[in-house]
Amino acid sequence: MKILVCISHVPDTTSKINFTDGDTKLDTNGVQFVINPNDEFGLTRAMWFKEKQGVTVDVVNVGGPETEPTLRKALAIGADSAIRVNTAATDGFAVAKQLANVVKAGGYDLIIAGRESIDYNGGMVPGMLAELIGANFITNCISLEVDGTNAKAVREIDGGKETVTTTLPLVIGGQKGLVEESDLRIPNMRGIMMARQKPLSVVEPVAATKETSTLKFEKPEPRGAVKMISPDNLDELIRLLHNEAKVI
Amino acid sequence: MSVLVYTESEGGKLKKIAFEVASYAKAVADQMGTTVTAITINADDVSELGTYGVDKVLKVKDSKLDTFNAKTYANIIKQAAEKEGTKVVVVSSSEDSKYLAPILAVGLDAGYASNVVEAPTSAAPFTVKRNAFTNKAFVFSTIDTDVKIVGVSKNTFGLKEKSASATAEDFSPSIPENGVHVDSVEKATNTVTIADAEIVVSGGRGLKGPENWGMIEDLAKVLGAATACSKPVSDLGWRPHGEHVGQTGKPVAANLYIAIGISGAIQHLAGINASKVKVVINSDPEAPFFKAADYGVVGDAFEVVPKLTEKLKEFKAQNA
Repeated sequence: MKILVCISHVPDTTSKINFTDGDTKLDTNGVQFVINPNDEFGLTRAMWFKEKQGVTVDVVNVGGPETEPTLRKALAIGADSAIRVNTAATDGFAVAKQLANVVKAGGYDLIIAGRESIDYNGGMVPGMLAELIGANFITNCISLEVDGTNAKAVREIDGGKETVTTTLPLVIGGQKGLVEESDLRIPNMRGIMMARQKPLSVVEPVAATKETSTLKFEKPEPRGAVKMISPDNLDELIRLLHNEAKVI
Repeated sequence: MSVLVYTESEGGKLKKIAFEVASYAKAVADQMGTTVTAITINADDVSELGTYGVDKVLKVKDSKLDTFNAKTYANIIKQAAEKEGTKVVVVSSSEDSKYLAPILAVGLDAGYASNVVEAPTSAAPFTVKRNAFTNKAFVFSTIDTDVKIVGVSKNTFGLKEKSASATAEDFSPSIPENGVHVDSVEKATNTVTIADAEIVVSGGRGLKGPENWGMIEDLAKVLGAATACSKPVSDLGWRPHGEHVGQTGKPVAANLYIAIGISGAIQHLAGINASKVKVVINSDPEAPFFKAADYGVVGDAFEVVPKLTEKLKEFKAQNA
């Protein structure tokens, strides 16, 4: 088994989101970028396979040179090598196309991505990738075991969960549950030093048609002030929810 | 040429989101000057779809389709889209639809925009407004392909009733085998799921322990609400994973979200922000959640919640 973990380079949740260039670009000023949380759960699960089953784990990102620190962090966590496809990630399908090319070139048979990135929240790259390479696909995956070419997974569904079996090649849309929050690894000094020596190769993109284009961004309207209600006057809360908010 | 909408059902009964996506498809069809065709899989009574603007329903019925399978369902919707010569396919943002839509997109060579919150702002170029940055911003995107797929964000477009009726015809697509087999499904019965709920009652660490969840469940019961929890609560094992709402948990887009003993970490807010009205009950007046709330009560949850439940019971009895 050869594992590829897809890493999105996204603004940390606590970052303030602002736009520049007439609201057409994310203002990266003061924004801290991190490994997409859903991808990090997948990466950590991949480390478990590496340690228990002795498999190779590579990471890939589609993006410009500014995303390399995020790939280095993935190497510091324990990935063997990193690949950066040198093109801006602006359309889900085009990204899936680039990833499909990397998967074919590298002969990967387990590809772990996050169920969605926390920037564009498109949630489409893993499924499109699976279709493009003719692999099986499981999203919202909260548990994954692989034995030879057979895989058993649990995925979250609306109101519950289901257990599925499938075979490699397989694409996973991962999330919390693949590993627990407490299993996530903070790179130690040795990991960071070793990451500097690990290969990070830059590959040029293949031709891919963009299927969607971003025109501009917009921030939501600032919300009104909270109405405080005394705990001794809950009738007033019920009245407001009924008459003003009309939700009960 | 008609707009195709996948209207989901559960146990043979159409879901509420089916009517919302049907309403959305009708708005798109009006812009394009065409009709709406819905596809249902193992739904029994589909007549109500006419009320939301559907002209024709393709009814698929097959016991092999009782359990959802993304690839199989995507293939069936693809066959319907090709039969109808569809240029726009509308799906919901349920976990099932989000699972099948990317597969369908590749199958139809279609561009796909998810989390769409409004009717297209323009039909040519086909422009939609989507949620992005986990509800911290919107993005206007065009879908540039000949065939387009729109995933409608829950509880944004709403239900738009028309006085019309739909014709139904049986549709028997080929049902391909595929490599993912569902072995077992565990679904809570008789409780409202977070995805379907109009109201969600959520508890945090302020409740001090799993033994105190009875009052959350009581309040949820009076309101017909789903129960949820914050991340620390699921990490501590007080409540099951499936109840965790927030950025790394389930998203909530309810009409009313009641947060009890939750301080309001930014990751939590990101996940629940799409809810329309937020009520926060917390003993700490400095809890950041109050800044994101519509209504706030500073008080001890152990006193406020049972009292609120009792008062709501009276209110419900009077307004029944």
